[in-house]
This record gives sequence, structure tokens and C-alpha cells, in this order.
Amino acid sequence: MSSVSARLRLRQRAVDLEVGVDDGEVLAVLGANGAGKSTLLQTIAGLVRPDDGRVAIGDQVVTDTRAGIFVPAHRRGTALLAQRAMLFPHLTVEANVAYAPRCRGLSRRAARERARHWLDAVGVGDLARRRPAQLSGGQAQRVALARALAAEPRVLLLDEPFAALDVTAAPALRRLLRDLVRAQGTTAAIVTHEVLDALALADTAVVIENGVVAERGPVRSMLTAPRSDFGARIAGVNLVAGTMSEPGRLRTAWGDHIAGLGDVDTGAAAVALFRPSAVAVHPEPPSGSPRNVFPVTIADVDLRGPLVRVRGGELPDGGTGLAADVTAAAAVDLALEPGRDVYFAVKAQEVALHGAPHRLPS
Amino acid sequence: MTDNRGDGTVPVGLPAWLYAPACLGALFVVIPLVAIIARIDWPHFVPLVTSESARAALILSVKTSAASTALCVALGAPMALVLARGRFPGRSVLRALVLLPLVLPPVVGGIALLYTFGRQGLLGHQLELIGVRVAFSTTAVVLAQSFVSLPFLVVSLEGALRSAGAGYEHVAATLGAGPGTVLRTVTLPLVWPGLVSGAVLAFARSLGEFGATLTFAGSLQGVTRTLPLEIYLQRETDADAAVALSLLLIAVAAVIVVGSTARRRPGLS
Repeated sequence: MSSVSARLRLRQRAVDLEVGVDDGEVLAVLGANGAGKSTLLQTIAGLVRPDDGRVAIGDQVVTDTRAGIFVPAHRRGTALLAQRAMLFPHLTVEANVAYAPRCRGLSRRAARERARHWLDAVGVGDLARRRPAQLSGGQAQRVALARALAAEPRVLLLDEPFAALDVTAAPALRRLLRDLVRAQGTTAAIVTHEVLDALALADTAVVIENGVVAERGPVRSMLTAPRSDFGARIAGVNLVAGTMSEPGRLRTAWGDHIAGLGDVDTGAAAVALFRPSAVAVHPEPPSGSPRNVFPVTIADVDLRGPLVRVRGGELPDGGTGLAADVTAAAAVDLALEPGRDVYFAVKAQEVALHGAPHRLPS
Repeated sequence: MTDNRGDGTVPVGLPAWLYAPACLGALFVVIPLVAIIARIDWPHFVPLVTSESARAALILSVKTSAASTALCVALGAPMALVLARGRFPGRSVLRALVLLPLVLPPVVGGIALLYTFGRQGLLGHQLELIGVRVAFSTTAVVLAQSFVSLPFLVVSLEGALRSAGAGYEHVAATLGAGPGTVLRTVTLPLVWPGLVSGAVLAFARSLGEFGATLTFAGSLQGVTRTLPLEIYLQRETDADAAVALSLLLIAVAAVIVVGSTARRRPGLS
């Protein structure tokens, strides 16, 4: 058992949080900078002692300020992967990854074998003899991931692990991390402000705002129907779940097809994401250009500044209804009001297809 | 450390007038060295620096400086670690006290040591009872040198520890390394250059130690008369010998400083 429950209060950082992660679950921790996300991970790792709080990993209490319990970081069985790889500069790549196995008491040789195993698993086995200074940012972060996993942590703590990587390195590493975490059934918490990280890795998400938990729920509903301000800012996207029927085409559970861009294997569970602003609303089925068209019965019309957000009824699988942003003038012209049947159209190049960690719960 | 020459970067540049005082400063250091070399009595140089008293002083200086450097590392490294990483009340006060010898006139340090380890001193009386006499012995030379050199090592290493930060130590701890392992496998390797340069500074300071040594250890040939003391003594009677020995001391110090920095550079890249 390696569930985590954490309750912490720190006056200096204005943090007052209560968060739980079930055994084998991946929790996404979302929130603006300075909201207290990193503090949460550092408290679980034993690098921060809260003014008042209690942290348990599995059935072991590792921090309890009232009972005077504080298990030092090296006896907690957590591994922390941060934005910067922080590879020990004086050790080779292999020695970096072998560090935790050596600390566990493995022989030099056994530790090296573990290191080789994990370096191969993250796809940088050929860099074993290099020094950290000779690695690119993406390579270094892969090594750091191997080093964290080689520790065989009860809980893997990820603090914006892709934030410092360039756009070409991040997706590959995200996919790798998802596969490894899923294969191991690792309990993990990932701090991020990237929707895709949450979607690719996590089951559940919490949004931290001003040091308190503003929202908690399944990732999917958090992204499509956020209740907190921050959730609405980063998310508020349209999300349709399904399975890849062929490259660039997703098939929904009710048989519709959605064309989009993205590199997801055929047959894999996936989601289609697109912004409400990319959706055009038509009174009749549009013809001609290769678009995705969805017949929609309007459930809700909401004025948002100069724009009107038109929300369709619930999807057949229970997912949040699709949303479209149109100008107020267009809303008047089209007489958009609840109950009216219209067609939502979105170009294929506006739709991003992403592998989902598993079939998303409805 | 990266060497920027030749990689094409253009530095922001300095105002031209800055070069004048900088050159003046360099001359201020270099001209006295030239002056000493100009005054050397070259035909008699070798006999002067190989005389029995000169050899005894040089050997004593190198031996005691090495011993005091070892003592500085043994005591100063833990002090620097405690000052940089430890958490206890009064840490800033302790740091100020530890650094005091840096600003204290060495003669005053010598007197302080005399009233600590001398026959009538605070600890000297007890030491006398168990048959240990420190003052006016080679041990006293080492203690005097250590007293004035210790802050150099502590300052240098503490600076290195602070600039290295605790980030790598945190990573090591989350990977399962206990405090002892972290110190051995992460902290010390990372601040090694700082420790080496601190030790070099301490050695150089010990080599040049004069005031505290004379006050606390006296000037007995072969026992407490180190090279600086020998130079001062010779100056009264034989100025040529004093100049020759000065050059010897400069040469020894230069070899150590240059040698250690040259060896350190590749490791930092």
C-alpha cells in the first residue's frame, strides 16, 4: 500500500491544504505559480516541515506535527523529479542512476545493473558513460527520471517535470513517463500547469488556488467543466473520448468519427481536444470543406464579455457537452437559444488528438 | 569554469578609465617583487639560501605549514559545514567570532595564545600538570599558524557551500541517502575545489605567519624559527641574506598557489 494523505499548514507560505492520493493513483496538482503546489510535494518528500500537519504514506505516518513525528527524507521512500534534472555533476550518468540502489545497500555490480535497466527503459542506455554536462536538456531529464524510478519509490513526486524542456522533447518524455507509470502502477503526484500533463498521466486532479484546494475531481470533468477560476483559465476545452480507428481519426463510443492532428497509435484510447473559439455554429449542416460536424441541441447560452458561449447537451457517453464561442452579433443573427438544434463545425487542424492513460471514466 | 575566450561572445565592456587604476594596482603588487629581484646578490645567492640556518628555517616552515593546514582542514571543514548548513541559535555571532583572527593583529593573536597555552595560561596550567608544554615549541608554531589561517579555510569553504546550495543534497536525501552518505558522496565532492583553494590559502598564510609565531613560540633555530622569522633576523645583520631568503619564500608560495590553481581548473568544467 502506498496511498498518500497529506494535510499541511504553513503560515509563511500561506498554504493550507488537504490532499489524498489512492494506492496506484496518479494525481495532477494544478494551479498558478506560487499557489503552494511545490510546497505540497516537498512536504510529502520530507524537505519541508509544516507548521501544522500530518502526512501518511501507506499506513506509515511520516509527518505529524502534533505527535512530534518527522521521518527524515531518506527514509520516506519518495522520489522527487523536478523541473531541473539536478543530476549530480561529479558522477557519470550511470552512477547517478545507480545512486539510489547503492543507498539501498545493493552491491556496486547489482546497482550498475539496475542503472542499466532503467537507462534502457527511458531510452538513453547509450549515454551511461557520459557526464551530466554533456547531455541535452531532454536527455538529462530522461536520466533524472531513470534515477527517480531506480529508487523504486513508494510515491513518485513530479514537480513540473517537463516545464524546462523544449517543445520537441516534452511530448516524447510525457509519453514515456505515462507508459512507465502505468506499467508500474506507481502512486504519483504531478504538479503542472499544463493540461496535457494532467490528461496524459493523471486520474484525478486538484486545483490549488491561493494556498487552498479550490477543486478536486476526475481530470476529464476538470478540463471540460472547471469550477475554479484557474481551472477555467487553463482548461475550458472541448474533450471527446474514444479510440483511434486509423491514423488521425478517432472513433467515439457512439460511432462518430473525429479527424484531427496527433501521433497516437491505432486502437489506442485517445481524446480529441479543441477550443470553443475554434468551433463555428451553423443553422444547417455545412457542406464542402473537410470539417468535423456535430449536431447539437443547445442546452445553455452564456454571455462572456464580447463573446457568447454556446453549450450543447451532454454527450452520449455522459461527457460534458461541447462548447462554442461566437460573437454576440452572430448569436443574435442565428437566434441561438436553449432548445434550438444547430451544427457545430471544427476544422481537423484545430483538433488535437492525444493518447489517454486509459479509457476515461464517463 | 567556462573560459569565454574564443567562443565569440562579446562582453558588455568596461569604461576605458577603469584600466588606469587597475594597472596602477597591478604595478603596486609587481614593482616590489621586481625591486626584490633587482636587489639579489646573484653570485652568492645559492650559498645564502642553502646555509644551515636557512635550510633549517625552510624545512621548519614547510613542515609546520603543512601540519597547520592539516589542522585547519580537520577543524575548519566541520566548522564551515556547521556554519553553512547547521541550524542553531547564535550562528551569526559564532561566525563573527570565528572570523575574528582575520582582522586581529597577529601579535595580539600570539598574546592570546600565550595566555591560553602558556605556563600561566587558561589551559596551559592544566597541560603542565600532565606534562605537556606547548609554548615556545614547534607545536606552538603550528598552533599560531593554525589560529591565523583557520578563518581563511572556513570563509573559502563556507562560500563554496553556500554557492553550491542544498539542492543536490535534497535530491540525494529523497533517493535514500542518509546525512553521512550525502556528506561523503555529494556535498564534499561538489565543494572540493573550494576546500582545495581554502587549504592553499591556509597554507600560504601559515607560511607567511610572523607576529603570532614570534610572540607565542619565540625564535629558536630549528625549533620555532620559521622562514619569516629567519628573514627578519638576518635583516639586522646581513641584508643580502634576507633578500635571498625573501625570494625563496616568494618562490615557494608562488609554486603552491600556481600549482594548485592549474590543477583545479579542468575539474571544474
